[in-house]
Amino acid sequence: MIPFEYLRAGDPAEAVAAVAERPGAVFLGGGTNLVDHMKLGVAEPDMLVDVSRLPLDRVEETATGLRVGAAVRNSDLAAHPLVRERCPMLARALLSGASGQLRNAATTAGNLLQRTRCPYFQDVTTPCNKREPGSGCSAIGGYTRYHAILGASEQCVAVHPSDMAVAMVALDAVVIVLGPGGERALPLADLYRLPGDTPQRDTVLEHGELVTAVELPDLPFARRSAYRKVRDRTSYSFALVSVAAALDLDGGTVRDVRLALGGVAHKPWRAVLAEEELRGKPATEDAFRRAADAELAAARPLPGNEFKVPMARNTIVATLRDLTEEGR
Amino acid sequence: MTVQDRVVGTPSPRVDGRAKVTGIAAYAYDRPVDDPVYAHPLQATIARGRVAAIDDVAAAGVKGVLAVVTHRDAARLADTEDAELSVLQSDEVAFRGQFIGVVLAETPEIARHAAGLVRVEYDEEPHDTELRADRTDLYAPEQVNGGFATDTDEGDVDAAMAAAAVTVDEIYTTPMEHNNPMEPHSTVAIWNPGGGFPEAPRLTLFDSTQSVHSVRSTLARVFGLRPEQVRVVSPYVGGGFGSKGMAHAHNVLAVLAARAVAGRPVKLALTRHQMFSLAGHRTPTIQRVRLGADEAGRMTAVAHEAVEHTSKIKEFAEQTAVGTRMMYAAPNRRTSHRVAALDVPVPSWMRAPGEAPGFFGLEVAMDELAAACGLDPIELRARNDPRSDPESGRPWSGRHLVRCLREGAARFGWEDRPVVPGTRRRGRELVGMGVASSTYPYYRFPGSRAVVAYGGRGRYTVRIGAADIGTGAWTVLTQIAADALGCPLGAVSVEIGDSGLPSATVAGGSSGTTSWGSTIVAACRSFRRVYGDDPPPGAEAGDDMPENPDAERYSMHSFGAQFAEVRVDADTGEIRVPRMLGVFSVGRVINPRTARSQFIGGMTMGLSMALLERSVLDHRTGHVINHDFAEYLIATNADVMDVDAVWLDEEDVHAGPLGARGIGEIGIVGAAAAIANAVHNATGIRVRDLPITPDLLLR
Repeated sequence: MIPFEYLRAGDPAEAVAAVAERPGAVFLGGGTNLVDHMKLGVAEPDMLVDVSRLPLDRVEETATGLRVGAAVRNSDLAAHPLVRERCPMLARALLSGASGQLRNAATTAGNLLQRTRCPYFQDVTTPCNKREPGSGCSAIGGYTRYHAILGASEQCVAVHPSDMAVAMVALDAVVIVLGPGGERALPLADLYRLPGDTPQRDTVLEHGELVTAVELPDLPFARRSAYRKVRDRTSYSFALVSVAAALDLDGGTVRDVRLALGGVAHKPWRAVLAEEELRGKPATEDAFRRAADAELAAARPLPGNEFKVPMARNTIVATLRDLTEEGR
Repeated sequence: MTVQDRVVGTPSPRVDGRAKVTGIAAYAYDRPVDDPVYAHPLQATIARGRVAAIDDVAAAGVKGVLAVVTHRDAARLADTEDAELSVLQSDEVAFRGQFIGVVLAETPEIARHAAGLVRVEYDEEPHDTELRADRTDLYAPEQVNGGFATDTDEGDVDAAMAAAAVTVDEIYTTPMEHNNPMEPHSTVAIWNPGGGFPEAPRLTLFDSTQSVHSVRSTLARVFGLRPEQVRVVSPYVGGGFGSKGMAHAHNVLAVLAARAVAGRPVKLALTRHQMFSLAGHRTPTIQRVRLGADEAGRMTAVAHEAVEHTSKIKEFAEQTAVGTRMMYAAPNRRTSHRVAALDVPVPSWMRAPGEAPGFFGLEVAMDELAAACGLDPIELRARNDPRSDPESGRPWSGRHLVRCLREGAARFGWEDRPVVPGTRRRGRELVGMGVASSTYPYYRFPGSRAVVAYGGRGRYTVRIGAADIGTGAWTVLTQIAADALGCPLGAVSVEIGDSGLPSATVAGGSSGTTSWGSTIVAACRSFRRVYGDDPPPGAEAGDDMPENPDAERYSMHSFGAQFAEVRVDADTGEIRVPRMLGVFSVGRVINPRTARSQFIGGMTMGLSMALLERSVLDHRTGHVINHDFAEYLIATNADVMDVDAVWLDEEDVHAGPLGARGIGEIGIVGAAAAIANAVHNATGIRVRDLPITPDLLLR
């Protein structure tokens, strides 16, 4: 861990200014990922700007839905009555992540911006393009059990580790970002990027930009939603595959659907192709399977994670089935 | 003659429990010392070759750094025969992660930061870390761990297999695994240049170890001291599972560091990452098991051939197939061990070395044989239960395997097991049950001594350098002493965990209670013989561990039956284990509370072994890449549902004055096989490679 300065920001603008003017400065939220990385030498900031105590810790009802402050703790968000009532898949996604102690510390924005748990990324003795651009990808040809099957590149096959973000992407969440030039809003799905040739960049955020809130537009049918996480260990482990789904049924027909996958790509993967395939179709297992296949046709598994394709398909089908009347 | 029970056999609460839950118990690294120096190791980032250059200018220039010690300037060791302990003595690198230096600083943060600034250049040589059964360089070690013969061959296995009506011939594998005690390997070393017994020891170590006396003798040898010049103190240990059973390289490194800042105590705690290359591990195993039987399921042949790895610099050959030698009554039996010496860290003891991996292979094969014979797996084992030890011909001191199986079957509801695999569903889940046998040898190691002292006013002190690594030794030794002295529990204080106490053997091989306990009984009897029931204050007497002639006359082993129920999600392959039950025959149980904890702890570790644990050795780099608790998966509370253990009410009259055989390791043996067999019963899928993960059960 290199020596660093610490600043507790008094308000968001001060935080943004402090980070923006200093290339080695970073925001500190709950610290559950960043501090690990500082110990491991993965991150070497020379200044931490603590935003965890900014007044961004409230969940508010707005005209269009819910507005979640960036500093709301994961455990508080999971327990919030409106979250539990309106988008149970978000509450379940949150509760399936990390451990109780970590959820108590981790913030909403920190969760969105946590970095991959690719073991090579976290081990500074091995090459990694995400950590050190141009050094090579050690995961390719290595231990790939938790790596991507969709949207990867030859530079990087890492996956985004968040559960919460998968549910939020399915909910069409919008991220509010404060930068040196002012505030902007962008769909959460557009915050993330695929690795391509610049895997060192997880998101489109510029240095100094601070996530201040996440807006969850009201989606009435998300009251019938679920999050299913398949993992090797029952608690405190990352997804092999996860599925966030909300289903709007008109009798036996799918009127609308939201579907997103975790553990399969460099970003929370909104399953747009599957959604398209399903709309207007009967809510049957066959239709769910066809939809899953439509999404997974583009899957390019690595040696060692081929199982993720059938696992993702089965999990999509099972999650949707559970949301139909028969599954209840 | 056995001791009259009063508190032995009762569930006395842990005498150290209050100190532990209130945080008062001082573990090694917690030891308050004056003016400590903090050490952070440097580790090789190649798996084989030489250190060509070390640039430590930047590190040495960091404010608060006291020294960077490498092979260039480390003190020379007096004895370098044990290559694992020959730390910083040359530029040679024999495995990735090996110590190549240590940074000493005023704070742990500075030491770690400075360690990251040291630049090392290597002359790298090709390395080889991959174990395969078809390697041409496999060799037969002179003996395997425990001093057992490498190979055995009785009768004609090949002919028996050829003639057998029913056969099983399969390969079973278990992965590299790491002990991962909660408390990392830690030590505080103080080198006192002017010190010398008896005034003050030359070297004092506050260590986390399963054996203060073996660490003392090892370090004395390595540093050219007399054992009396070394003191090792280790009252509390946060788990070991074998990995703290002997001195490892970090002990030597800490002492080298302490010599570099003589007089100041040096604190060293391995990080979790470092523990994956420096504190032992269980070898991966590749086991071929062949079983032959007649139509009625009477076994005619059993062969168990194991392939495993060791490190090039030090041999540790896991005794994977040894347990098979005495397990079942087949007239034709063969076992063998072949080893590949690789550029890997040094393997060592991990809970039930030998039996833990070996009984995965053997007991899954038995399940396969039962199916092939159309027999219930319990019935198959009952039909092949030998009346005497097939290997030695000796009578059993007490073999109650079949009783354990039958008792367990009744308690577990075995009759409800689906007869046809893959046929029982509960909602979207497939349900099944499995069983496996368990066993562990009775070990009692010579070399312990205990001293009893009377302090007046009814108070006794019993001293022995034993170790409580979370097992309950503090408590059970107090119980044993109280009964042997014929006084209440509260009248006895036991002192353990200090090499200044009378010598004690390792907390390993499930031997602690029997070895130390019988020594304490002997010491208490000597005390009473000399001083009677009304001793003068200050009276003191001791004795050594008594011989047990029956150990040569009887075959002495504990046995058990492991039962598991599993539920497998038909969509995702996720595996849950809602119930486990172990029924054990271990001789007398000294303390049901701590014994139960040992049994269910072992079974939980077996559950973890069955479903989760796997050290992923990246053969390109030669190191374990999933080297932390987020990636090396160990069962969490959520994985552990109803795990229960019971035991037969018995006493092994041949097992010394306590009638007990040891309980620390048997809980893990066979647990993984029971789960694998249950998974087969639930799904019809036979998994022969651990761990059993959801992807293997996808359809």
